Amino acid sequence: MSLDRREFLAQGTFYLMLTGAASEAWSFIEAGKPQEAPGYNVQEHWWAMFIDVEACIGCGRCVDACKLENDVPDEAWFSRTWVERYTIPPPDPLHPKRELLPIVDSPNGGRNGFPPLEHPVEGAKSFFVPKLCNHCAHSPCVQVCPVGATFESPDGVVLVDKTYCIGCRYCVQACPYGCRFIDPRTNTVDKCTLCYHRITKGLTTACCEVCPTQARLLGDLRNPADPIHELLRTHKVQVLKPNLATGSKAYYNGLDAAVR
Amino acid sequence: MYPNEMELQWSILIVLYPFITGLVAGAFILASLQRVFKVEAVKPTYRLALLTALAFMLVAPLPLQLHLGHPERSFEMFTTPHKTSAMAMFGFVYLWYLLAVLVIEIWLEFRPLIVHRAASEKGLLRLFYRVLTLGSTNLSPRSLEIDDRVGRFITVVGIPSAFLLHGYVGFIFGSIKANPWWSTPLMPIVFLFSAIVSGIAAVLLIYIIYCRSQKIPIDVPCLDTMAKYLYYAFIVDFSLEMLDLIHRIYVADESFQSLDFMVRTRLYASHIVLQIGLGTLVPLALLALTQMRQLSIAVRQRMYAVAAALTMVGIFAMRWNVVIGGQLFSKSFLGYTTYKMSFATREGLLPALIVMVLPVFILWALVKLFPPMEEEGAASSHSPHL
Amino acid sequence: MLRVPRDAEHLLRLALLFAAGIVVFLVVRSLLVPAGFGELGHFRPGAILANQQKPLHFAGRAACDDCHAENATTLAASRHAKIGCESCHGPLAAHVADPDATKPAKLDAVELCSRCHAELPSRPKKQPQVEIVAHSEGESCTECHEAHDPTP
Repeated sequence: MSLDRREFLAQGTFYLMLTGAASEAWSFIEAGKPQEAPGYNVQEHWWAMFIDVEACIGCGRCVDACKLENDVPDEAWFSRTWVERYTIPPPDPLHPKRELLPIVDSPNGGRNGFPPLEHPVEGAKSFFVPKLCNHCAHSPCVQVCPVGATFESPDGVVLVDKTYCIGCRYCVQACPYGCRFIDPRTNTVDKCTLCYHRITKGLTTACCEVCPTQARLLGDLRNPADPIHELLRTHKVQVLKPNLATGSKAYYNGLDAAVR
Repeated sequence: MYPNEMELQWSILIVLYPFITGLVAGAFILASLQRVFKVEAVKPTYRLALLTALAFMLVAPLPLQLHLGHPERSFEMFTTPHKTSAMAMFGFVYLWYLLAVLVIEIWLEFRPLIVHRAASEKGLLRLFYRVLTLGSTNLSPRSLEIDDRVGRFITVVGIPSAFLLHGYVGFIFGSIKANPWWSTPLMPIVFLFSAIVSGIAAVLLIYIIYCRSQKIPIDVPCLDTMAKYLYYAFIVDFSLEMLDLIHRIYVADESFQSLDFMVRTRLYASHIVLQIGLGTLVPLALLALTQMRQLSIAVRQRMYAVAAALTMVGIFAMRWNVVIGGQLFSKSFLGYTTYKMSFATREGLLPALIVMVLPVFILWALVKLFPPMEEEGAASSHSPHL
Repeated sequence: MLRVPRDAEHLLRLALLFAAGIVVFLVVRSLLVPAGFGELGHFRPGAILANQQKPLHFAGRAACDDCHAENATTLAASRHAKIGCESCHGPLAAHVADPDATKPAKLDAVELCSRCHAELPSRPKKQPQVEIVAHSEGESCTECHEAHDPTP
């Protein structure tokens, strides 16, 4: 088929406009899709946390920093992270079969540090354990969300979509670590986000930033140069409640058998 | 306690929801006894049982909506249900059971009455019945025969649907590996059998009350048969619950000490006294007596009524002990909290009472619109006095 | 048009009613599902962006070095080298953004130092800790210890 010049110009302009319109529409569709923080590729990271129980001094700066950084309600029962103090009484030689339950306290989540115990226990084994969302790879909380308001991001962080959450609290029940709560101001679920807004910009989490003894350390398992690999290789590391097979990515060094 | 465990997440409204859907499932199972399993003795309660199921079914989503942080977003369970979540099934299972089972079965059952009243009533009621006829006034024997066959098919489909409606609630609890009080494969089955027990007890009570109020003589074989099935279902339910208890005590895993302490102290009144004592052992004893001794109908009727009432209290206590009990202890197994139930808040006692009473009013309206014991229009093979 | 026996016509009407309901549901559903839902997983992809776009309150230790190089050098050579500035001075992102508008709060030495250095049996033994009152004889910690280089 042959085209004369006029026809060619007319058809050409038409198709050009169509392409223009199509790209306009495409950018409109693209705008609906989120772009990650500039320069941040979710596929390049797999976030985890290394917690050294033997280094934690129970100062509580992490709890305070998290509340300030993430605008968490003040009361103790809204905690994205908290520190527990374990005091395990020594074995009683006269009653060896009697089970020795640890005394665990967490005054205001540990936010203001820890006062000395009211009734100190002679010869007890005592230490601090920081707790937070374990960002499980096989998260039971993500499994039970009925609508898809909580999810694991491609870089391994369990996040909450606050505009989608219906507030049914099923995920709060399903979390074995007690790290979720309902924010009374939004009536949706809230929890540790691993300071997603910080780590995607090259900063570290608020809790790791202020920890004076490096008891908490953010790790990127997908980065071969990250120090967490060496730490995991050289320490005896555990996760909380391993029998539940949650794929927890909060790795504890020095975790005592009594810790739940 | 972990700091976030101090406040309970699921309130009395979440106790009510399984109780209500349990009544629905149980009432339907009772109705199916006659329709599918040909236990003709309970035929007089067939329609009443269906209407009871519908009344409670209509109220069932209300406690859930009151509980949600964002009820206006609850449609998301229909638009983007998460296939790994048992709770996401709620929307579809509920709709399926309400529309495809209950509503269709009731419609087919009452069609002669609807057609008759569409012609005989006046005003708004006339319009109501006319809409329900879907424009068809065909009541020929062949059409009624087709209705009967389809209705029977629906009931057959309805039995596993009823199991699903209440079984999935049990699965919601039973699948939470984080909570040892809930996590057991027996949970859906225990829920289901306690639902059957509570449903039969509810219809038994409603039947007695309805007959009294309408001055209709109570069909004694019907009452006796209902009580008999209540007795059998209760024995199975009690055995299942005892199996769970004995297994826990025997195995004594790491959660046992904490749970045992909780039951003995925090849950003593609701578990030992109400659920096991007054709610199970006493009704079982009463029902056993009626099965084994020759007693006059007046005495039997009173014993049935008392047993049924106590049964419902006991099953409610069971729901309470599961839902609230599961949140009173810490997942660290080292601590306990308390449930502070408020009165006039969104999840307080007042809305809970309203939710419990509402189905009674709905049932009252339903029996006025669809009288279960009268014969209207062309003879239906399920009319009770044929 | 298939021939429905006249006696089953009411059932056909019922079936059509249900079919209409399903169609309405599907149409409404397509309008209500958020854009992009399901692409990265069973969630709304916009939520990832939303979680990234929260405001910062802590600036991070690197941000302090530009203006406070001297303190940074002293700190780096001291026993407090591993501690971030904001660990003691609190969140300072606002101060970094506009140094004159927001100044860090004045710190009370005894309260602050006690948080880490008050003796507690639960603390690891390698942590320097003292019974504060007996050690300080009522004086402020900064009388003998400079915070950025605490060796007395």
